[in-house]
Amino acid sequence: MFGKTAIAETAGVSVAMVGSGGAGVLTTGEMLLEAACAAGWNGLLTRSVGAQIRGGEAAALLRLATRPVECLADQFDLLVGIDWVNAQRFEAEIPLGPGSVVVSDPHAGPPPAAIAAGAARVIELPLTDLTKNNSAWRANMIALGAAARLLGLDEDVLRGLIEKRFAAKGEAAVRANVSAVEAGARAMASEACSIGLAPARKTGAKRWLITGNEAVGLGALRGGVRFAAAYPITPASEILEWLAPRLAKLGGALVQAEDELASINMIIGASYGGVPALTATSGPGLSLMTEALGLATAAEVPIVVIDVMRGGPSTGIPTKSEQADLNIAVYGLHGDAPHIVIAPQSVPDCLLATQWATFLAEVLQAPAIVLSDQFLGQTQVAVSRPADIAFIGQRLKATEFGTSYKRYALGGSAVSPMAIPGTRGGQYTADGLTHTERGIPTSSARDHGAQLDKRRDKLELHAYGDLWATLEGEGDVAVLTWGSLTGVVREAIALARADGLDVRLIAPRLLLPTRPAEMANALTGIKRLLVVEQSHGAQFHRYLRAHYTLPSDTSVLHRPGPLPMRPGEIHRLLRRGGTP
Amino acid sequence: MSATAPLSCKPGDYKSDIKPIWCPGCGDYHVLMALTRAFAALGLPPEQIAVVSGIGCSSRIPAYTSCYGFHGVHGRSLAVAAGLKIVRPDLTVVVTSGDGDGYSIGGNHFLHACRRNVDLTYVVMDNHIYGMTKGQPSPTTEPDFDTALTPGGTGVRPFNPLVVALASGANFVARAYSGNPHDTASLLVEAVRHPGFSFVEVLSPCVTYRPDQRAWKERVHSAPVSATDDAARAARRLMTDDGFNLGVLYRGNRLPYQPTAVAVTSDLAEFEKGFEI
Repeated sequence: MFGKTAIAETAGVSVAMVGSGGAGVLTTGEMLLEAACAAGWNGLLTRSVGAQIRGGEAAALLRLATRPVECLADQFDLLVGIDWVNAQRFEAEIPLGPGSVVVSDPHAGPPPAAIAAGAARVIELPLTDLTKNNSAWRANMIALGAAARLLGLDEDVLRGLIEKRFAAKGEAAVRANVSAVEAGARAMASEACSIGLAPARKTGAKRWLITGNEAVGLGALRGGVRFAAAYPITPASEILEWLAPRLAKLGGALVQAEDELASINMIIGASYGGVPALTATSGPGLSLMTEALGLATAAEVPIVVIDVMRGGPSTGIPTKSEQADLNIAVYGLHGDAPHIVIAPQSVPDCLLATQWATFLAEVLQAPAIVLSDQFLGQTQVAVSRPADIAFIGQRLKATEFGTSYKRYALGGSAVSPMAIPGTRGGQYTADGLTHTERGIPTSSARDHGAQLDKRRDKLELHAYGDLWATLEGEGDVAVLTWGSLTGVVREAIALARADGLDVRLIAPRLLLPTRPAEMANALTGIKRLLVVEQSHGAQFHRYLRAHYTLPSDTSVLHRPGPLPMRPGEIHRLLRRGGTP
Repeated sequence: MSATAPLSCKPGDYKSDIKPIWCPGCGDYHVLMALTRAFAALGLPPEQIAVVSGIGCSSRIPAYTSCYGFHGVHGRSLAVAAGLKIVRPDLTVVVTSGDGDGYSIGGNHFLHACRRNVDLTYVVMDNHIYGMTKGQPSPTTEPDFDTALTPGGTGVRPFNPLVVALASGANFVARAYSGNPHDTASLLVEAVRHPGFSFVEVLSPCVTYRPDQRAWKERVHSAPVSATDDAARAARRLMTDDGFNLGVLYRGNRLPYQPTAVAVTSDLAEFEKGFEI
């Protein structure tokens, strides 16, 4: 028991619940996470689902720990199968170890061989029999009770949560669900299973349960966004669904556009009208938006585009994560079109990154792309309330006009005051055609060069400060990574430190404009570098090589989604010092 | 464009000092003239008007006015205009387009702009040809019209924009002829004043690639019947007319789409409560 508790202290406990789509697996996972966090633990919940809305396969993947967690662990300690239909599709995503426990309904047949092979023990939970005896019970609630008991979760906390969650459905629904959970717990009563959590550490601090998609929404509002237009797409739609009612309350609006071409052009129109505006999409939508991103660059209209990356190319794997839109975000625009690309590094960082992107777009009058991904977007995590950060500065608006207002005036910071429609004397035409300082179309080499310089210079001259990257640790070995892999690498580095190996973490949040001087500084003294990313084509490594000077001893760990990178494999590479 | 300019009510006050790139004799000159006359008749200050366009000869209009202008990418002007009008209902937003920009690459936005019914005025200069790219067929080109890109003609039936607009929910549908700038200006005034999405198709000859369109001035005539508020009746008339009936053909009474409302809060703390454990 002591040994197990010690493991739970460091890595926490990982739980997977699987079942057919519609079986309530994700709801069960949410309730388990909420109960654990209400009891004082930290944790995260991510989902892995098939494409079908019903009848496909779904897995709720949880990690609970006494300390904050940012990624999934190397393996799962507990796997609960509400049924095993299509569960073999998860076998690579739910690695089990010799100490793992599988909970299985004897009527659902045996767990898939590949899943059960790694597990030490299968515990039977007669879900079919129990639901047959009491028609008000749902299998997922019984499974929830069983999992809570095996983890040693406080049953009063869980009961309170059920009462809150089902209150709207009436007394009978609350009673049925509470008794179903109790039945699940009773069924596990005689199991001497030691996967329990270490005692929770309750602090008085206010904590949130939030997903990256929700954090993006809040970051946008904190940044001043009051208009959004978008087209539904997995896995970005939750951003829109979170924003829609809240924008309305703030006097703004979210419009469902007919396609992504309309989405981005609508937000360009709104921003031209003076209102900070955003759209959210995934890879296929970003592909459609690239022409208009160039328009926003040329006409100098601030906009924010959130790309919640999924497996690509084409339709790819809409429900699962990948980091393969880096190339299109950085290089996808035709012509020379300087713009901003920012990648959040954790679920709560989605808030900061989006707020920062909105600020930079407004201040620099340029489009900003935020590269989130399915993992960040759809993972729910317990965090301390993110601090209120006020970025100083806003869009430079023209209010005084001489005889000839130059919307695209050269010189100074290269950011020229923008007249907002309705302002007398500031009339100009915003144009995607190469234009003069006044905005008049031109094909002269001199004007073209001058405006290209202007758009580059305003981005280059800005002082981005420390937010450009996360830099942690000491030593002459470093891991260079980005986006959602930052948390995985951070955990691998902590494991290496426990072995006595100091490793630095370098994770740029600002991917464009590039920061060669800052990166050179960050890489000073590094003798061995490991680049870690989730793309088949090693897009991040190629980007780094194009813009920065890397140590000669640089190796790359890269693979496509959807199989998550695990802290253990990065740790093993660091320890071995070998190439992936 | 001086800061001290008085409220202007003369057409000339709505013209910029930029010389149009259009060919001599192009119908679009008269559309510009009609537009500035309409603005003067409406008595709107130029800074309260935004003229939005895409790509093509007709889409050059914004810079030729003294209003706020937006010259975007090909086919997306209606989306830009919708975003602008939704956040800035105080502005008068006019969209200028052509048969290629509006009916081909921008066709999907046309359907959804009609059904969304944002309070915009959509002026499409239709000359049945791509002028700026030098004479390729558009969705309204006759099937047997010979071009270098489509020798012998496209063999494809032309698009009927007014019927499509009616079927899609446009709230005001009219047809004008650029050669009658006075009548066109009157139609534009009515279109701007009519709430919701107002669609004005302007037959605007391309004298360079369609010299045959010089004959349009002989063919156009006032619609023999007055406007209706019955979309089905208007569509039946349009399906059978000769394509040269001018005037207001349909006036609807749908309320414009305007999703922004008065803020009920400015405090984000209310939204943050939902995340608390």
